[in-house]
Amino acid sequence: MNAFEFVRASTVAEAIAAGSSPGAAFLAGGTNLVDLMKGAVSRPPKLVDIGSVEGLDAIETRPDGAVRIGALVANSELARGPFAARFPLIAEAVLSGASPQLRNAATVGGNLMQRTRCAYFFDAASACNKRTPGAGCDAIGGEARTQAILGWSEHCVATHPSDLCVALAALSAIVEIDGPSGRREIPINSFYRLPGDTPERESELAQGELIVAVRLPAGAAAFAGHSRYVKARDRISYAFALASCAAALRLENGLITEASIALGGVAAKPWRAEAAEAALAGAKPEDAAFTAAAAVALADAKPSGDNAFKIELARRVVVRALRLAAAGTPKSMPALPASPFGDISG
Amino acid sequence: MAEFALNANPAHTRHGSNSGQALTRLEGPLKVTGRATYAADNHPPGLLHAVMAVATISRGRVAFLDVAAAKAHPGVVEVMTSANRPPIRVDPDLRDQPFNFKIDVLQNDRVRYANQPIAVVIAETLEAATEGAALLSPRYEPDVPRAHLDAAESYTPPMVGIGNPAIVNKGDVEAGLSAAARTIEATYETPAQYHNAMEPHAIVAAFEGGKLKIDMPSQGLVFSARRFAQIFGLPPEDVLVRSPYLGGGFGSKGLINGPVLLGALAAKLVGRPIKLVATRAQLYGPFGHRPPTRQKLRLGVDAGGRLTALAHHTKTSTSSFDDFYEPASDISHTLYASPAISTSHEAVRLDTGTPLFMRAPGEATGSIALESAIDEMAHAQGMDPLEFRLLNYAETEPISGKPFSSKALRECFAKGAQAFGWAGRPLQSRQMRDENGLLVGWGLGVATFPALMFQGAARAVLKADGSGVMEATGHDMGQGAWTALAQIAADALALPIERIEFRSGTSDLPDAGLAGGSAHTATAGLALHNAGGDAIAKLADMATADPKSPLYGAGNAGVIARDGRLVRRDDEARGETYAEIMARAGVAEIVGEGKSGADPAMQAQYAMHAHGAVFAEVKVDPDLGMVRTTRLVGAFAAGRIINPRLVESQYFGGMIWGISFALH
Repeated sequence: MNAFEFVRASTVAEAIAAGSSPGAAFLAGGTNLVDLMKGAVSRPPKLVDIGSVEGLDAIETRPDGAVRIGALVANSELARGPFAARFPLIAEAVLSGASPQLRNAATVGGNLMQRTRCAYFFDAASACNKRTPGAGCDAIGGEARTQAILGWSEHCVATHPSDLCVALAALSAIVEIDGPSGRREIPINSFYRLPGDTPERESELAQGELIVAVRLPAGAAAFAGHSRYVKARDRISYAFALASCAAALRLENGLITEASIALGGVAAKPWRAEAAEAALAGAKPEDAAFTAAAAVALADAKPSGDNAFKIELARRVVVRALRLAAAGTPKSMPALPASPFGDISG
Repeated sequence: MAEFALNANPAHTRHGSNSGQALTRLEGPLKVTGRATYAADNHPPGLLHAVMAVATISRGRVAFLDVAAAKAHPGVVEVMTSANRPPIRVDPDLRDQPFNFKIDVLQNDRVRYANQPIAVVIAETLEAATEGAALLSPRYEPDVPRAHLDAAESYTPPMVGIGNPAIVNKGDVEAGLSAAARTIEATYETPAQYHNAMEPHAIVAAFEGGKLKIDMPSQGLVFSARRFAQIFGLPPEDVLVRSPYLGGGFGSKGLINGPVLLGALAAKLVGRPIKLVATRAQLYGPFGHRPPTRQKLRLGVDAGGRLTALAHHTKTSTSSFDDFYEPASDISHTLYASPAISTSHEAVRLDTGTPLFMRAPGEATGSIALESAIDEMAHAQGMDPLEFRLLNYAETEPISGKPFSSKALRECFAKGAQAFGWAGRPLQSRQMRDENGLLVGWGLGVATFPALMFQGAARAVLKADGSGVMEATGHDMGQGAWTALAQIAADALALPIERIEFRSGTSDLPDAGLAGGSAHTATAGLALHNAGGDAIAKLADMATADPKSPLYGAGNAGVIARDGRLVRRDDEARGETYAEIMARAGVAEIVGEGKSGADPAMQAQYAMHAHGAVFAEVKVDPDLGMVRTTRLVGAFAAGRIINPRLVESQYFGGMIWGISFALH
């Protein structure tokens, strides 16, 4: 582990000032960054501990109905209480990831900023354009099971590992940022960058910019009755997605009036499937429509290696998520959230 | 060898007074409150941290290490490479006996597998040592590695496991297959698997006044201490290894591996105590592993479904430089009756570390193939898999023809099937679905493992206050050895368990053998049992020769031990306490010695195995392909149960390993 400077910030302003020096990294729950530092994958010269910054750990409902989640709110907070009842999609996504200990330690802001679990990124002995721009990518031609099928480039095939962010993408969350140039907001669906020829730049955040909150727009709660997260993976728990889908519907008079679909485990960002959503608008909530929408969602998918199976798997996950969402959100969380083995009726 | 007899059962022991009880782990409170001191929890004064730099290629040589850059990093004290590594008294590339595997301790610049140690950085802090290791920035001259079972020419290994023949034939398999009404041929592959215990390999080593003191997790304390003594040219009594707790071993912590020796060498180099802990990633190389297998099964049955031939061939791998061969085919020696059985092995040399024992070497890999082939044949015959197994039940050990010392597999089948609800299982596949449309499958598998015993020794001390001290190098890997052995030890002195102190976990105690091969409780337990019996016999001699004792004249054989008292066998009301006997004799303590070992006469006469049957329900999502084990029922016949709670935990562990082996 490299020697680094350690600064503890107590206000957002202090954090931004300290975090503006080149290479400085913010430390919150540390569930990802510390591992990366131990493995010499990340070598920040300065760590700015924001864990005790005031005012970032609350969930507030605004007068217009929007809900603002502070960046330091623990992931596990999103899976309980009135929040989970209003946003069951988020609760199900959160509970399908990591372990209770990690969910207690990990923060919402940190979840957005976690790095890919690409094994070649994690192995300091492998070539990786994310770690060392221009070094090449050993993942290409390598073990491709967890790699992307959408939006990848010849420079990087890594996927974003978050479950929470897939649900946030489906609910059109907005990322609130503060930084050296002041405050700004970016919709989560514009927050991440596809790899292109700069896979080392993963988001629109500039050096020193800090996520202070994630906001769910007023309309997000309208999906509560028909939203599900489905995650296909190699183990039933404690595994990253091979393909996942957050599906949220609004139904009126037996027809879909609005659909929102995001996929996980398939791209460098949570993948919002807008064309598939448009295909569902006004449709009957039936398998034929779901299958057609899934085909649209994966229309541009291409294997990045020996992972063509993920395209069909992702289609089926989309169909399953839409079918379950149409059937209605369970009254209580299934025994195995996001799993086909949970009690589907709740 | 009468004193080693398996059926030795001195009358003073009453099964069920201590052993047989479902005690909780004696050290449980220490473990759950974080007070149990594992090897890496030791921090002797002056401790330095050592971190290995390991090879990132699988084959070649190290051309350059930037030692200057590592040494220049603040906190780095020394860098140990092949240039300055202290000399040792043995050749690490010499396999002079079966358990001294070749190890890599910086003897040259050659790289023969990924994660092989190529240097050790010693620093004031773990972080500085870690960064120093990164700063070495090795450059290699790589060679093309051989990484899979088809990557090299194969050969018939000289032996498999430890000393088993690679090829065994009984009867004429080809004739049996020709005469069969039905034959099947199937190939099964198992991947390489690496021991990944919760506690990684670790050592804290210190030379104190020429003596070597080591804390490290060990499944073989005395064996390890003697090997360290040999390597450093020290008298055996000048090496102490402490291993009170192990966070899992699974067969990888029985022998001395290269990294722990490097820790001790680093302590020698800098003259200060050293802690070296392998990282999780470093576990994949120098510590052994279960090698991959590709197994071909050929089975023939007559019209009634009885086996006419069973051929089991295994292709596996070892390292480029040493020999260990997973004896996967050998499982077919014991499970099913067949007039013709052949087992064979072939191997390739790959650029990996040397494979080693991993939880049931041979049995685990071999039974997944054999049991799958048995299911295939049952299916082809249109028979229930349990019915097919009963039809081909081995009443005697198939190859040797010996009777089993005990075999209750039929009862395991019956009880397991009953508890599981096996009856009514459809013969055709894909017939059962649950209420959510998931496919439901039921299957079963047989568990078997030989009942082994090593040589062991133990000591019993009766104290003047009537309490006891029992000593043996027990190895508690989490399985509860300390508790089970203490139960046997207490019974051996006919004392409640609270009245004995059980000393274990250091190499200066009587050698109770390796904890491996599922032989530890039997080996150490019998030694403790005999040591206690020896002490009680000496006490009885004292009492029966003392005219003031109510036991005077009863004769040694006329006396029995009960709950801290010696009493007359013909009248248990007449007797006195241990303390009374020893006080009158003016004796401060009585020491008993005990030994254990397999009885050759019993081994010649009987085939000895534990058995079990496991029934599983698995659900599969037909659209997403996801698999879940929803029910698992095991029924086992594993001999005398010393502690039902601990044994149940072992069964659960074995069954969970089975799920993991099958699904991941």
